[in-house]
Amino acid sequence: MTNRLLTVSMSPHVHSGNSVNKIMYGVVIAMLPALAVSLFYFGLGALQMTLIAVASCLLFEWLIQKYLLKGKTSITDGSALVTGILLAFNVPSSLPWWMMVIGSLVAIGVAKMSFGGLGNNPFNPALVGRVFLLISFPVEMTSWPKPIINNLVLVDAQTGATPLALIKEGLKNGEPLGDLMNKIPDIWHLFLGEMGGSLGEVSALALLIGGIYMLMKKIITWHIPFSVLGSVALFTGILHIIEPNAYADPGFHLLAGGIMLGAIFMATDMVTSPMTPLGQIIFGTGIGVITVLIRVFGAYPEGVSFAILIMNAFVPLIDKACKPKRFGEVKKNG
Amino acid sequence: MLKTFPKGGVHPKENKFSAGKKIETLPLPKQVIVPVSQQIGAPSTPVVAVNDMVKTGQVIAKAEGFVSANIHAPVSGKVTKIDFFTDSSGYKRKAIMIDTEGDEWADGINRDPSLQKDCSLSPEEIIKKINEAGLVGLGGATFPTHVKLSVPKGKTAEYLLINAVECEPYLTSDHQLMMEKADEIMVGTSILMKALSVSKAMIGIENNKPDAIELFTRKAKEYKGIEVYALRVQYPQGGEKQLIKAILNREVPSGGLPIDVGCVVQNVGTAFAVYEAVQKNKPLIERVVTVTGKSVKSPSNFLARIGTPVSQLIEAAGGVPEDTAKIVNGGPMMGKAINTTDVPVTKGTSGILIFRDSEASRKEMQNCIRCAKCVSVCPMGLTPFMQMAVVERALWDEAEKYHILDCIECGSCSYTCPASRPLLDYIRLGKQTVNKIIRARKA
Repeated sequence: MTNRLLTVSMSPHVHSGNSVNKIMYGVVIAMLPALAVSLFYFGLGALQMTLIAVASCLLFEWLIQKYLLKGKTSITDGSALVTGILLAFNVPSSLPWWMMVIGSLVAIGVAKMSFGGLGNNPFNPALVGRVFLLISFPVEMTSWPKPIINNLVLVDAQTGATPLALIKEGLKNGEPLGDLMNKIPDIWHLFLGEMGGSLGEVSALALLIGGIYMLMKKIITWHIPFSVLGSVALFTGILHIIEPNAYADPGFHLLAGGIMLGAIFMATDMVTSPMTPLGQIIFGTGIGVITVLIRVFGAYPEGVSFAILIMNAFVPLIDKACKPKRFGEVKKNG
Repeated sequence: MLKTFPKGGVHPKENKFSAGKKIETLPLPKQVIVPVSQQIGAPSTPVVAVNDMVKTGQVIAKAEGFVSANIHAPVSGKVTKIDFFTDSSGYKRKAIMIDTEGDEWADGINRDPSLQKDCSLSPEEIIKKINEAGLVGLGGATFPTHVKLSVPKGKTAEYLLINAVECEPYLTSDHQLMMEKADEIMVGTSILMKALSVSKAMIGIENNKPDAIELFTRKAKEYKGIEVYALRVQYPQGGEKQLIKAILNREVPSGGLPIDVGCVVQNVGTAFAVYEAVQKNKPLIERVVTVTGKSVKSPSNFLARIGTPVSQLIEAAGGVPEDTAKIVNGGPMMGKAINTTDVPVTKGTSGILIFRDSEASRKEMQNCIRCAKCVSVCPMGLTPFMQMAVVERALWDEAEKYHILDCIECGSCSYTCPASRPLLDYIRLGKQTVNKIIRARKA
C-alpha cells in the first residue's frame, strides 16, 4: 500500500456529470436559431441589443456578487448569459441602449440577486426586466422596427405595429376582423417570423427548433410548453367558434406575439416553474388562459409576460398541492 | 417489454470490467481479523479466548438474541487477540484475530463439491441450520437470513424473490457466482421455498446479464415453481421494494416490509450460501468479492475468506494503482469509502472499488436551480431537494412530514443533481435525527 491518504465521502461515489453550466449553455444553444432569425430580419440592431443585454447582465451580476455580497462570483455558470439573451429577445431591436442597461440591472439586481441569486428568485428575471421597461418606457417598448431581410442598418427608422396590436386597435375602432386579418402577414410568414415584434419572438419555426433541441437534451419536458400552447389554442379556438368575426383564430394567436417564446423559453425556466408534471401542466394552462384573457379582453395587446409572472407567483402553492405520488402510499394491507 | 419499477431510477455507466472473470480462490491469509458485528442487529459474543486453537468453520462468536448471527472461524489456527480493530466503517469495533495454522476443518462440514440436490429437512430444521451457519443477506445489507425466513404471526409468505439483479455498476460477484454455481443456487432457492412453505419463486436478473438469464431460464425448467424474469437495466432495480414492484406489481406500504405484501426477498449469493449451509453443513466463512476499478491491473472476482485484509485482495488484483484516491467497500452507488486497506472482508463485502484521482472527489456544490431532476429520479416518489432544504434548516418535524424515512438511500438524487448538491448526505442526517425523535416520542 502506498502511504497516500484516501478520500472518504458518503455514497454515491459516482455522478451523472450533468451540471448547471451544461443546462445553461444548452439553453443558449437552443436560442441560437431564434437569434439568427432576429439578425436576419432586424439586422445589426438585434445583434447590438443582444450584446448589450448580455454584457450588462454579466457585469451587474459580477459587480453585485463581488462588491455587494462580497462572495464568490459565479458568472460563468451561464445563467446571467441566458437572462441577458432572453431579455434582449423580449424587446424591440430599436430600443435605446441605455434602457436595455437599466432593464438588465432590474433583471439581475432586483429580480435575481436580491432574492439570493440563482435558484432563489421567485420570478423570471428577464421578464421582470422586460415588464419594468414596458411600464417605464411604453413608447420605446412598443415601437417595432419592420422586418427587412438583409437589413444592415443599425437602428431602423421604419416602424410598424405588431400583428397583435394591429388587430387589437382595429377591433377597438370597430373594423371587421376579416379586413384586419388581411393587413397582417399570412400564417406562413407568421410561422417563419416575418412580422414586427420583439427581436426573439418572431419566428415560431426557430423557437420550435430550439424547443425540440431542449427536449432532446432533457433540459425541459413537454409539460409546460404543451400545456401553454394547448390551452391558448383551446381557449382561442372556443372563442373563434362562438364568434368568428370578433375573435381571431387559434393559429394566429399561437404564431403572432410572444407565446412561442414564452412557452418554450420563459415559462420553462426551472427556477420559477413547478417541479412535478401535474404542477407543470396546471402552471402552463394558467399561463395560456391568462395570456388569452389579457390579449382578448385586457388593455394590452400582448399578455404572455404578465401571465408568466402571475403564474410564477403561484408556483409555491402549486408545488405544495402537487406532490409526487409516493411509493407505498397505500393503505396498509390494501 | 422488460419488467421494471415504474417510477424514477437512473442508469449510471455499468463499467463491469470484471464480468466473465472466473472466480479465483485466494490463498489462505496468514492472519484474519473477524469482526463480531458483521450483521444488522446485535453484535455476536465471542466464545473463544486468546490462545485457543480453532478449526475452520467452528463457531467463535455466538448470536446475541434473535436478530444477530453466529460467526465462525474462517481459517484454522490460534486466536491471538480479541480487541478493538478499525473495520470498514472507520470505527474501532470488537474483532477476533486468528493467526492461520494449517487448514483443519471442523467436523461435519462436507467439502465434497458434488451437487447434492435432495433435501428432506422440515422448514424448522432448515431455518435452524441457516441460523447456525450464521447466514446474513449477502447483497450488502447483511440482515440475518433466519429472521427473514421466520414469517411473523398473522402474515403469510406467498412468493420468494431471488434478487439476482446486481444493479450496482462495477460489481460482478453475483453474476459470476450465477454462471459458475447455477445448480447450487437453484437448489438453495428450492430449500428457501421449502423453509417458507411457498410454491413459487421468482429470480429477477437485469438484462445486462443475458448469459445468466439464458442459463437460469434453462435451469428453471428442472426445478419446480421457479421462474426467471429479465428486468430492465435501471438502478435501483435491485432495491427490495423496487424488485417486488417490478416482478409482482405489488407495492410495499410506506414503513412496511416485503412480507406485508406476501414476499420474502433473498440475494442470489445468499441462496448459494443456503445451499452450502443446509446441504453441506458449511457455515458462512467465505464469499465472492469483486475487486475492480478503471486503473486496476486485473479486475477480478475472488473467493475470499471472511477476515482477509482488503489489502491482500487488492494485491491479488495487481496492487494498488499509482493514481488511487478512494477505495470503496461495496458498489459505487451505495458502498462505503474506507480510509485504509487494513480492514477485513466481512459478510457484507460484495466488492472493493478503486477510484482514481479524477473520480474521487465531488464537484463543488452550486445553488439548487429547482430543475426537479431529483424528484423525477427518486424511486420512492419523494422530493429530495425539499428534504435537504428542511434538514439544512434543522426543521425535523417538516422532514418527517416530507417522509424522509421512506428514503432507501439509493443515491439516485445525488447522482443526478446538476448542481452537485449532496442531497443524500443531508437526507441521511435527517433520517437519523428523525428516527431519534420518533424513538424519544415513543419512550
